[in-house]
Amino acid sequence: MGRFVLRRLLGMVVVLFAISVLTFLIFNVIPASDPARSMAGKNASPQLVANITEEWGFDEPLPQQYLTMMGKIFSGDLISYEGREPVDERIVEGIPATVSLCIGAAVIWMFFGILFGYLSAVREGGKLDRVLTIVAVTGISVPVFWLAAVLLNYLAYETGIFPSYGYVEFVDEPLDWAYHLILPWITLAIVYVGFYSRVLRSSMIDVMDEDYVRTARAKGLSERRVMTRHVLRNALIPIVTLFGLDVGALLGGAILVEGIFGLNGVGQYAVESLTNLDLPPIMAIVLYGAFFVVLFNALVDIAYAYLNPRVRLGSSAR
Amino acid sequence: MSTEPLLSMRDLRVGFVSEAGLVQAVDGVSFDLAAGEVLAIVGESGAGKSVTAQTIVGLTRSANTRIEGSVRLRGAELVGASDDELGKVRGAEVGMVFQDPMTSFNPVYRLGAQIVEAIRAHRDDVSKREGHERAIELLDSVGIPNASRRVDDYPHEFSGGMRQRAMIAMALALDPDVLIADEPTTALDVTVQAQILALLERLNQERGLATILITHDLGVVAEVADRVLVMYAGRVVEQGTLEEIFYDPQHPYTWGLLGSLTRIDRPRPERLPQIGGAPPSLLNLPQGCSFRPRCPHEFDRCAELPGLDQRLADAPGHCDRCWLDPERKRALRVVDDQIGLESPA
Repeated sequence: MGRFVLRRLLGMVVVLFAISVLTFLIFNVIPASDPARSMAGKNASPQLVANITEEWGFDEPLPQQYLTMMGKIFSGDLISYEGREPVDERIVEGIPATVSLCIGAAVIWMFFGILFGYLSAVREGGKLDRVLTIVAVTGISVPVFWLAAVLLNYLAYETGIFPSYGYVEFVDEPLDWAYHLILPWITLAIVYVGFYSRVLRSSMIDVMDEDYVRTARAKGLSERRVMTRHVLRNALIPIVTLFGLDVGALLGGAILVEGIFGLNGVGQYAVESLTNLDLPPIMAIVLYGAFFVVLFNALVDIAYAYLNPRVRLGSSAR
Repeated sequence: MSTEPLLSMRDLRVGFVSEAGLVQAVDGVSFDLAAGEVLAIVGESGAGKSVTAQTIVGLTRSANTRIEGSVRLRGAELVGASDDELGKVRGAEVGMVFQDPMTSFNPVYRLGAQIVEAIRAHRDDVSKREGHERAIELLDSVGIPNASRRVDDYPHEFSGGMRQRAMIAMALALDPDVLIADEPTTALDVTVQAQILALLERLNQERGLATILITHDLGVVAEVADRVLVMYAGRVVEQGTLEEIFYDPQHPYTWGLLGSLTRIDRPRPERLPQIGGAPPSLLNLPQGCSFRPRCPHEFDRCAELPGLDQRLADAPGHCDRCWLDPERKRALRVVDDQIGLESPA
């Protein structure tokens, strides 16, 4: 197991390195992305631009610039071009909102995704299955920005049931924290509820045809136990993979939802930096996001070994 | 057997609704099984053997299945029984062993845990630890070495033969009266097959376990069966004792099965004999005898379905579905000095 984890960690580092190089290169080939010019402002004298170029090292060879930037990212000294503020502070500020949004939504979508998928599969072809199929497909198809707008309009602006904007720290006001996050959670979760329930439904229907399910019935187990202990347990394996990847990606920032509900999370900072072609925060956020994706990928592999004993053989010395 | 048989099936019909129509997989099968008896059901794939056996405990039940007829276990009707009632019979009174031991255990649970689950499904007074002890005893009794250690292994850590032994152990966990073994040796190596058959025979003798053995392999039947049902296209075409079926077979299909058996005590044939043609589609059965299109001895009367009747005065219980005169059959079935089916010209 130790070697397996070590190998995964090494793989993570390689992937993150590749991502950082790519991001850096892409930024440097974008036309009109000369940061010195945009930092100097409109109508700046060539001298000013030259000074800024000199001061920030924009004339150095790209590998050197890359190394400098990576060094600053890891020492926490990274300063944004736009506004010249410390990047790490902004990211750290945004993390609680992003994590709260992501974890809360994940709990909701796992609960309802598994519930709906399970009921659909158990009642395959029945009325409940058809109703849940419609619900799921609707959930998948509804555009997030539209759903957010509708929820905001009816549940925030018109009726005032929920707040429309902002994030409250959990440590300050736990109830207010949840109250402010309910609409964003629902908005973010709905697509995933639809998606997960469909995946679980088909995965369960596949598993129901397995010989071991017939064996379970032949043992005299109740139908419910056959469905939960034998069918659901095995059908959850692909769901865990999806979950790891989705949570990993969302921890990097849920761009649309954060922006619409003004949560000031990492995703919102990403949008802001992208609009300004502000490389330092872009680099930092991309690496931060990629870190979670890669980390959760590794966690999925480890969870896999736990969920599926057949995987363990190759990776751990028995 | 003084009074009623342990298990009694009467005119069982199982049909599956499909888009193309009703597939009548089992069409009027009847038999009695006495305590301690081994009944073999033989036939090709699709003959309805497994469906017949699985329907005994309702494993074929679904929205698209039509089940008619009667299956009585010690007099209690199972065909119309509720799922709860059937659940009490499954595992506890009727144990089942399936064809492929590789896929018949849930891969994510330890083998012992799956046996404990079978026990505790019926006996909630048995603690997990007692169940675990019982699982070890069971694995030991079916000849798994180091049972106390192996009980906590996962199914994929067992070989095919060991897994089938474990499957049998699980089927016996609650001391059922009836064991249904659905092609228990088909997926195994020949040497392992013999071990599993020996095990089944031993259990049958030691425990007086009534066994329904489903197979397409007459070699397996010869080893262990007391009585034989030969099925073809959903119907029983011949039934009788092991001796009757092997030494005085009455139905041409049975001749074909016997003729295609390879035997070590006879010269090796140039080509393995086979029954020409393929089994009919269950959606579109020939009129009359289902075997007619493949039978070299077909004549006018075969357009009428023969009943499963006793046709030999001195052999009660030996029944078949063939219109041919028994004396003629005895001449027709001899091919190259052995029982067999002529290849259609």
